[in-house]
Amino acid sequence: MKHIPESADARWNLRLYIAGKTPKSVTALANLKKLCEAHLAGRYTLEVVDLVEHPELAKADQIVAIPTLVRQLPPPLKKIIGDLSNKDRVIVGLDLDLIES
Amino acid sequence: MARVGLSKIRSGISGLDEITGGGLPHGRSTLICGGAGSGKTMFAITFLVEGALTYGEPGVFMCFEETEEELARNVGSLGYDLKELIADNKLAIDYVHIERGEIEETGEYDLDGLFVRLAHAIKSVGAKRVVLDTLEALFAGLSDSGLLRAELRRLFRWLKEQGVTAIITAEQGEGTLTRHGLEEYVSDCVIALDHRVVEQVATRRLRVVKYRGTVHGTNEYPFLIDAQGITVLPVTSVQLTHEVSSERITAGIAGLDAMLGGQGFWRGSSILVSGMAGTGKTTVAAHFVDAACRRGERAVYFAFEESPHQIVRNMRSVGVDLQQWVDAGLLRFSASRPTLWGLETHLARMHKDVDDFAPAVVVVDPIYNLSAVGSTNEVRSMLLRLIDFLKSRQVTAMLTAYDSGSSQDPWNAEVSSLMDAWVQVQMLVSSGERNRGLYVLKARGIAHSHQIREFILSADGIQLCDVYLGQGNVLTGSARVAQEAREAEIEAERQQVIAVKQREMERKRHQIEAQIAALQGDLESQIAETERFIARQRAVTDAAVMAHQKIAISRGEDE
Repeated sequence: MKHIPESADARWNLRLYIAGKTPKSVTALANLKKLCEAHLAGRYTLEVVDLVEHPELAKADQIVAIPTLVRQLPPPLKKIIGDLSNKDRVIVGLDLDLIES
Repeated sequence: MARVGLSKIRSGISGLDEITGGGLPHGRSTLICGGAGSGKTMFAITFLVEGALTYGEPGVFMCFEETEEELARNVGSLGYDLKELIADNKLAIDYVHIERGEIEETGEYDLDGLFVRLAHAIKSVGAKRVVLDTLEALFAGLSDSGLLRAELRRLFRWLKEQGVTAIITAEQGEGTLTRHGLEEYVSDCVIALDHRVVEQVATRRLRVVKYRGTVHGTNEYPFLIDAQGITVLPVTSVQLTHEVSSERITAGIAGLDAMLGGQGFWRGSSILVSGMAGTGKTTVAAHFVDAACRRGERAVYFAFEESPHQIVRNMRSVGVDLQQWVDAGLLRFSASRPTLWGLETHLARMHKDVDDFAPAVVVVDPIYNLSAVGSTNEVRSMLLRLIDFLKSRQVTAMLTAYDSGSSQDPWNAEVSSLMDAWVQVQMLVSSGERNRGLYVLKARGIAHSHQIREFILSADGIQLCDVYLGQGNVLTGSARVAQEAREAEIEAERQQVIAVKQREMERKRHQIEAQIAALQGDLESQIAETERFIARQRAVTDAAVMAHQKIAISRGEDE
């Protein structure tokens, strides 16, 4: 089922949904930044959406849990919830393992 | 208010507010649980739509199982236009979609996203009512059930803080109210729905399992979902507090009116007409309807045995023309086979007909046929509700029922206690013929006759005549006619004897009067003679005195 991104240099478009600066979202953001720098340096854009400021986006993007990381590009759309502390699962969830090899 | 009670809001679901004594707990959450297809979503959406349309309370519908499109289509069958409500800012729908396959869980999270969405939706329309349908879908989408439970607890607390009245729906579990034990969190009000099939007839039922801090009906109440929405039918929604009329209405049969103190039945009462097959129950009912229409009142005739055409034709043979009233728009027939629907559907249809047509008089002919689709108890409860309903509208009801003629009939005993008046038509079998006898078994609040009247069906309708009551037996039919002839004969003889006696007496009187006259004459002549004699004697005495004086003067006597 896993799709290999078409090319290793495809742009990565990531969006992290948080609801206020809670410890969980701070942790998640730190974890995510670390991971992206390690695996996707220079090829990703990361957008942080605070739902407290933009509540209408929660419905549009089907967000239930906080924090939620959405991989918008490359397709397919992926959602990872939690503070991203389990690094291995994040790598698998984002298919980062596939571009590594 | 002297008593601090739980504040309640009207659910907008007809009947439910009666059971719960005013509606759902205000500012609290109510759990509605039930199996698949039991009507949970319909309940929830009715609560919101009625809230928005009738009570001016906007609502939020958060659905986890259906998309907005699907939902709008599904409730379109109830006549609700969700799109319009959304456009008018009276309703917000948020479809929450969680696909387990799309989601990877890595570390700690919470459901703040859901809270944000809900808060946003509530704010966008100023919602007072919220529905979460079906929250348990979260358990399928997310694996950390411990965390989910904690979050749900937080959610319910949060809902309470928002001051919204919420309905949470949940799927029924095996032997539990809900699959994931949501009743543990929503403790204020729990309503269970059920859709049971008994002998191929499906009936929806509702039960208030729990309602903290208030008295509520604890029975299972049938409910209906039809084109008019949801109707819960409380067994007795009107608590025996109907207004009563002090008006009497004719039974349409002069003889029967006479038996009922000359004035007929009370308006708004329920009348049972029972009798064996072929005793003329339908004819009695037809007269009743005919009389109502003649007064210009409307009537609904619920026929469970014969088609309207057949009734009209048959009644014409006894001189009652019902067709004219149908044509005049005063009479409506509502005919159906009892087995066509369950009891509750029948009841709901009757409700509807009465609501639409607003009749003053209703006939149900016959009621015993309904036992084909329910036990005696169920039929009784249905009739009770029907009668309560009719009474609340001051509709006079005449119900016909079969009875075997024995007062031990359990079915009649069950039903008759609901009735204000009971007219029984009996077959009286004697001297090789059957005759109909009618009597009033009971009539609450009416001094009624306790006698049996012979009931004669003729081309001019029903006539009641006094039966022969004498010498310790009751005679009807030709026996009565013969007896009456015999009596007439005896009477004639008696009259003759009297005439003879009278003539004799007259003669005697004449004789005696003649004698009296003769004696009177005698007496008068004797009196005259005596008076003459006395006068004569007096004259003699006077002459003697005169003579004596003359002698004295002549002698020159001194005084």
